[in-house]
Amino acid sequence: MSGGTKRIQNDPWWLRAGAMAFTLLFLGFAVLLPLVSVFVQAFAKGLGGWWAAVSDPDTVSAIRMTLVAALGAVPLNTAFGIAAAWLVTKHRFPGRHLLVSLIDLPFSVSPVIAGLVFVLLFGAQGTFGPWLQAHDIHIIFAWPAMILATAFVTFPFVARELIPVMEEMGTQPEEAAVMLGAGGWTVFRKVTLPGIRWGLLYGVILCNARAMGEFGAVSVVSGHIRGETNTLPLHAEILYNEYDFTGAFAVASLLTLLAGATVVIKLWLERRIAR
Amino acid sequence: MSRPLPGFRLTFGIVATWLSLIVLIPLAGLFLRASSLPLPRIWEILSSGRTLSAFRVSFGCAAAAAGVNALAGPVVAWTLVRYDFPGRRFLDALIDIPFALPTAVAGITLTTLYATNGWVGRLLDPLGIQVSYTLKGIVVALVFVGLPFVIRTVQPVLEEFPAEAEEAAALLGASRLQTIAKVILPSLAPAILTGTILSFARCVGEYGSVVFIAGNMPGKTEILPLLIITHLEEYQYGEATAIASAMLLLSFGLLVLGNRMQARLVRGRTR
Repeated sequence: MSGGTKRIQNDPWWLRAGAMAFTLLFLGFAVLLPLVSVFVQAFAKGLGGWWAAVSDPDTVSAIRMTLVAALGAVPLNTAFGIAAAWLVTKHRFPGRHLLVSLIDLPFSVSPVIAGLVFVLLFGAQGTFGPWLQAHDIHIIFAWPAMILATAFVTFPFVARELIPVMEEMGTQPEEAAVMLGAGGWTVFRKVTLPGIRWGLLYGVILCNARAMGEFGAVSVVSGHIRGETNTLPLHAEILYNEYDFTGAFAVASLLTLLAGATVVIKLWLERRIAR
Repeated sequence: MSRPLPGFRLTFGIVATWLSLIVLIPLAGLFLRASSLPLPRIWEILSSGRTLSAFRVSFGCAAAAAGVNALAGPVVAWTLVRYDFPGRRFLDALIDIPFALPTAVAGITLTTLYATNGWVGRLLDPLGIQVSYTLKGIVVALVFVGLPFVIRTVQPVLEEFPAEAEEAAALLGASRLQTIAKVILPSLAPAILTGTILSFARCVGEYGSVVFIAGNMPGKTEILPLLIITHLEEYQYGEATAIASAMLLLSFGLLVLGNRMQARLVRGRTR
């Protein structure tokens, strides 16, 4: 960043003006306009119309389901992410690079396929379907599948942020602590954790944003049962398809606020990490 | 390493268990199920007109959107890294919005904007251009979804680009434009390629932002993920499984190919 500004003079004015005009237009059209449009549509019937949609029992239930999916998936993926980063950066073993690729795998899988794989395992015609039915256990079209599908799509986030941070720390601080007789858990808590906490928070924030906003994967496994297995994004879809645009965009405005908060916290953390 | 750190067995256990439960076993289940179909049946599913069209729409629109971002991304990254102007930080923050905004929200707001009575659609309609419910709409949604990838991969490379190289080129008599085209752009190429491939891979599987704007006409504007859902809702598990497996294999193959190309490009530069 620092070296950038003093090189301005090198560029001819038309290049500078052209690049800036293009950037403004492109980002204005592609990103800013859609954001503004969400709020204009959400408040098209005034604050009252917005509040009526947001406080509707179905919306409240969708908020609850969204929290369930995120609270189920994010802590588990966080614990996994920490374990994976420790394993990959503090130890050397054959298959290490393969493991890193496997952790990233869910990023290249369509969300719809992420939902499909769980339907194939636990659905009525799935591998374990008949057994589950015989024991009256509901996974698909119920909260367990929502958590599983969310866990799949948000799987790499925490690990992916932590691995480079812990790689850069090296292993010397931990080795010194072990030499001084500290146990494994103490080493992690007192030596590793203080060094990675901002990176960890960063990963958790991104993981959470994706978990709460996921659409395709949960759409496949939810069964769209209103008031039961609908998350906020799914609820916005239903309202939109029923031509209740104010309602749909009111719900969308909640999710947009979440996205805005995520980006702000992300920037704040990035500045902390850089320091 | 003087002495192995503790926790290998514990973390290995956690990682192996969670990775298997959430990712490996479910994906293996998909391929196992697909492989239980007779080969002629798989061929029949994949070569049907509707499936082939969905492949064309998904991969074609993803390629078009990735192409737009490959051209626009470096310009945006250049502006944000090289120039200082009021609102630069705000624009930089906007780049992350497509990552953070739920895809369904992007889908409904873009559809509304580009519908014939929407803010943008109203301007395009008199020109005879319809975006919502056409292939153009799919590309618009995918440009949004894939927007951050190229910008975010090019930015750090541009920030660390040595000023000496530019100065040397200028001293040797290169014009500013020549310096950009012959000195800076080639060293950005691997980053641009990486960003483009990531954006393409993301767009191929994209569902939420596309279903609203696509119109979803079978054989015309139907994308692969939607076709999979349609088969699933009609309990045609064989079709859903075969198409999903083919799609996964294709995108894995493309990613591997992309990595290879990038490795070659990087090696070519350093040699």
